[in-house]
Amino acid sequence: MRRFRIAALLPLISILGGCNFVVLKPSGDIASQQGDLILVSTLLMLIIIVPVMALTILFAWRYRHSNTAATYDPDWHHSTRLELVIWSAPLAIIICLGAVTWMATHLLDPYRPLDRIDASRPIVPDAQPIEVNVVALDWKWLFIYPQLGIATVNELAAPIDRPINFRITSSAVMNSFYVPALAGQIYAMPGMETKLHAVINTPGTYRGFSANYSGAGFSGMRFAFHGMARADFDKWVATVRASGGELDRQGYLALERPSENEPVRHYARVDAHLFGAILNMCVEPGKMCMNERMALDAKGGMGLAGINNLLPLTYDKQARRGAVFGATPAFLPSVCSIEEANRNLTASAPPAAAEPVQGAGLPRPARKQPRDAQQGLSTLPVRQPSNS
Amino acid sequence: MTMASTIAPAEAPTFHLAQEHEHPEGHSTMLGFWIYLMSDCLIFAILFATYGVLGASYAAGPGPKDLFELPLVALNTTMLLLSSITYGFAMLAMDKGRAGATQAWLAVTGLFGLAFIGIELYEFAHLIHIGATPQRSAFLSSFFALVGTHGLHVTFGLIWLVTLMVQVGLRGLVPANRRRLMCLSLFWHFLDVIWIGVFTFVYLMGMLR
Amino acid sequence: MSEGSPALHAIFGRLTLESFPIHEPILVVTFAVVALGGLALFAAVTRYGLWGYLWREWFTSVDHKRIGIMYMVLGLVMLIRGVSDAVMMRLQQAMAFNGSEGYLNAHHYDQLFTVHGVIMIFFVAMPLVTGLMNYVVPLQIGARDVSFPFLNNFSFWMTVGGAVLVMMSLFVGEFARTGWLAYPPLSGIGYSPDVGVDYYIWALQVAGVGTTLSGVNLICTIIKMRAPGMTMMRLPVFTWTSLCTNVLIVASFPVLTVVLALLSADRYLGTNFFTNDFGGNPMMYVNLIWIWGHPEVYILILPAFGIFSEVASTFSGKRLFGYTSMVYATVVITVLSYLVWLHHFFTMGSGASVNSFFGITTMIISIPTGAKIFNWLFTMYRGRIRFELPMMWTLAFMLTFVVGGMTGVLLAVPPADFVLHNSLFLVAHFHNVIIGGVLFGLFAGITYWFPKAFGFRLDPTWGKISFWCWVVGFWLAFMPLYILGLMGVTRRMRVFDDPSLQIWFVIAGLGAALIVAGIAAFLVQIYVSIRRREALRDLTGDPWHGRTLEWATSSPPPAYNFAFTPVAHDGDAWWDMKARGYERPLTGYRAIHMPRNTGAGIVLAGISVALGFALIWYIWWLAALSFAALLTVAIGHTFNYHRSFHISADEVVRVEDARTRQLAVQG
Repeated sequence: MRRFRIAALLPLISILGGCNFVVLKPSGDIASQQGDLILVSTLLMLIIIVPVMALTILFAWRYRHSNTAATYDPDWHHSTRLELVIWSAPLAIIICLGAVTWMATHLLDPYRPLDRIDASRPIVPDAQPIEVNVVALDWKWLFIYPQLGIATVNELAAPIDRPINFRITSSAVMNSFYVPALAGQIYAMPGMETKLHAVINTPGTYRGFSANYSGAGFSGMRFAFHGMARADFDKWVATVRASGGELDRQGYLALERPSENEPVRHYARVDAHLFGAILNMCVEPGKMCMNERMALDAKGGMGLAGINNLLPLTYDKQARRGAVFGATPAFLPSVCSIEEANRNLTASAPPAAAEPVQGAGLPRPARKQPRDAQQGLSTLPVRQPSNS
Repeated sequence: MTMASTIAPAEAPTFHLAQEHEHPEGHSTMLGFWIYLMSDCLIFAILFATYGVLGASYAAGPGPKDLFELPLVALNTTMLLLSSITYGFAMLAMDKGRAGATQAWLAVTGLFGLAFIGIELYEFAHLIHIGATPQRSAFLSSFFALVGTHGLHVTFGLIWLVTLMVQVGLRGLVPANRRRLMCLSLFWHFLDVIWIGVFTFVYLMGMLR
Repeated sequence: MSEGSPALHAIFGRLTLESFPIHEPILVVTFAVVALGGLALFAAVTRYGLWGYLWREWFTSVDHKRIGIMYMVLGLVMLIRGVSDAVMMRLQQAMAFNGSEGYLNAHHYDQLFTVHGVIMIFFVAMPLVTGLMNYVVPLQIGARDVSFPFLNNFSFWMTVGGAVLVMMSLFVGEFARTGWLAYPPLSGIGYSPDVGVDYYIWALQVAGVGTTLSGVNLICTIIKMRAPGMTMMRLPVFTWTSLCTNVLIVASFPVLTVVLALLSADRYLGTNFFTNDFGGNPMMYVNLIWIWGHPEVYILILPAFGIFSEVASTFSGKRLFGYTSMVYATVVITVLSYLVWLHHFFTMGSGASVNSFFGITTMIISIPTGAKIFNWLFTMYRGRIRFELPMMWTLAFMLTFVVGGMTGVLLAVPPADFVLHNSLFLVAHFHNVIIGGVLFGLFAGITYWFPKAFGFRLDPTWGKISFWCWVVGFWLAFMPLYILGLMGVTRRMRVFDDPSLQIWFVIAGLGAALIVAGIAAFLVQIYVSIRRREALRDLTGDPWHGRTLEWATSSPPPAYNFAFTPVAHDGDAWWDMKARGYERPLTGYRAIHMPRNTGAGIVLAGISVALGFALIWYIWWLAALSFAALLTVAIGHTFNYHRSFHISADEVVRVEDARTRQLAVQG
């Protein structure tokens, strides 16, 4: 009978054996340290879990009602010694685990630059990390290689054993950038930059995806991550360069619109300031960059003079998209002339933390009645709300 | 904890009360209302925290210094503080069992409350008129949310106050009405305390920023 | 939004004919079934002339026992809805491989996982927990009712109001497609311009009012209404955990109220709390909602811990081991539950020190929880364990919950969380603690207190079938999810590209089917028990040899609970009374002062539903009207000064004499 039971388990074990436990056996050094940490923590906790489960079954069996041979002591309900043990045993485990946690959290902090390639190789001082800027779009991934001047959609590649520095943001809603074989995930948030440092050690093609639900096309928000030997990577870069295409601001604004299950795309050239503009939510001409706005705010805002400059600040709130009682966006027609808009289209993005802190196309306006300004709306190339 | 031994087995323990154990109606109302106030306090705490986080996000627009008029707010604060004092007089009158005086002081309190709301509405209307709407920046959103929620509370307090004046008129200072007046008293003074926080944290510190 | 005439728009807001999902066959069939079922129920109630009875004795009742039972009914009905959603998701995920899109489109599937979470937490777990607390706590402390009986009725109907709004979204419009916590900017007006998120907001706001007020009510009850002699350290453990739960409710639900109010300000007024532009900060929403959300988890689990404590000591025939440390453990968990919220978003980019602080505080919670497990263990030690159903649920809990606890601590290690966050491992973890902890506890509680509420036990055979289906079904449904999580599969996915994963989803689907069988067996159990009620009848009022005061009165208890207020001399007051030869008094009855029934609660809640509906669909005239009505009815209610009456001494004598005769027959 027992033999049969074990035999019944066999197919289960065989499918388990066939599984790819990528979280526990990944191909990047950071992820494998994280996988090891899972195993260590689990083992630590099993020290207490296994005895508890065993005792539960043992006590339940031994003190069953029909077993009159067992001691019955209905008033026994306190033992200082035992209480000490049951509070201190979990405490001891948690102290160990807490220490492990503190160290591992600092060691594996995604913001911390790597200090080793893998368990046996420390980082070489002159090894230049490869930079990748990641943008989560609705619903695809844009990867910009600032050092190489190329960009891809839904395909990521990196040479093995070379540190990768990711800077991550999002265009619209929250996503999470996750390649299980490479390293743990980190959120991608609009107007926010998160960082991830990682390295891939084994060549291969791995799955990457968004790990935070972001809307209708979420399931299709996948990309392939290729870990490549140096020569292969160079070949790949050459292919991308050869495939033509340039990603400029207008191209980005088109790409940014919601779409699902996008194919892989390659861009041979990319606007050098594009990522900064995406991060600061000012790719669209005439928008004030977030870093400028924050610098202004740090100095106390623009006072009453800035009160009616709404359109340069409007990113996706789009009062006209739905908020029933929201104010109509207003702006000053003198600022947003067509010439001005065109000039903005050709100008490159302002450097970060620029001073004098005034947004593109934002001279301090004379105060005017905002209501008179509405007829100018049609003259500005406003991004149309994509879902209406 | 061997509680069984607290009563010696020799004496016959009583296991039930022969007399009706009366929990008089409303005996836990004050505690209950106090707990409710604490939950309300938490609402304000979150709004204060929100203001703390967003209060400097002017979105390249006006900040507190550009918008607030301290003399007006000082007048407003005076109105609310005075209304708290007059509410205290109403409670003193209630203690002496003088229904008419209670009602009169309640009316005075109500007038001060109305003045407070009126001044606040004037302030809001002025801000919205010059374009400093809640939609203008996160700072203004959180400002209107915090101050507006307080104002809404005062408004409900006023409705409640009028209701109680009518009820005192109809039934006099019966225990149920006394209990309600006590609750409103807690509520009214609580709003006063919150306003002190608003005045300090939003207005005074805003001018210093 | 379609262009209608301005007049129609003024009358119906954005509600149009297209708002009714008549093109979705699944919804149409569901609607037909629900409508037919509703009609049948309506016809049956009318046929037997029960409307008056229901209205007088139940809907307007302020009796904590009746309200408790109504909460349980609400929770069980919503459980069926929540499980149906779960089964649909399992089916979709088991099918959507090899290029198949499954049978649900994104619009439907995304609503499903949102509504499943919302219903299970707010309209299944919360009503079941609140219902048990409502029923049991006043009896355990020897009280006649709760502190504010009308408020209790009102709270219940507000919870129903929230549930009605959620159910309405199934057939009128749609529900949110955002996940159960509706993170902005996705839930903002820009990315979710439809009514779904508004349904979410107003359903939770309406229900939240009820929950908060019921929290205030039960705290007052426990502090003020205890029988003489029942000091705080003599409170039954279930009452203690209820107290802590209600403190958590009062101290956390206001946060939810504010967060949702600010989100609705963003959506309706165009403010900038959680927007991308104008200085708004979506991360603040995530922080605030979890400051409510984490205590919420403990709101659910603490009463379950209380139930297990009662059950373990009753069925081991032994005093609870380590009562004092049990109480302190509960209080410590209550306090610590406020210091851990950030562990829900380690991956949002906080610094390593912040992350490890919140990771370690999370782990610290496992110490008092572990102590509790040991206390139950040593309660069994040297006991005489009767394996009745409540005890079986308790044992299943102890063996299941420790695994969930372990994976929980694992997820609290930030670097481990980076790889497991939002994965199916996480989904498996919280189902492991919520099903293995809360739900098993609720089933233990239901079988344990059912004879108290109805005077007969639940049929054990069908109960055991349900038990095994649930336990095996749970492991079968969620172990594959742990495995899938370790394979790097994330949650809320609608279609998959890796065919090797499919087998695990199929196994999980089979587990879900077993759980459905478990629920069916539970319903059959109730039906069979009602049919066999004479055979299962318990006349003693104390079928399990209980230890606490609720077993001192008859089953079901009379409206006034106790003819004479009991006096407690011991933590296990009833056990102590039995041990010292307590004789039930047979004379000297007096009139008893009781609260009077009122329809104000159901009316106010009904108006609130209308208000919510009007706001969801932008029907402004209805919103203004119902708001005015709400104020008028609420103020009008305060003019009613006749809120109590006396049950005459004769009536008490009649009821108590009947019980005396019953006990005599019993022998």
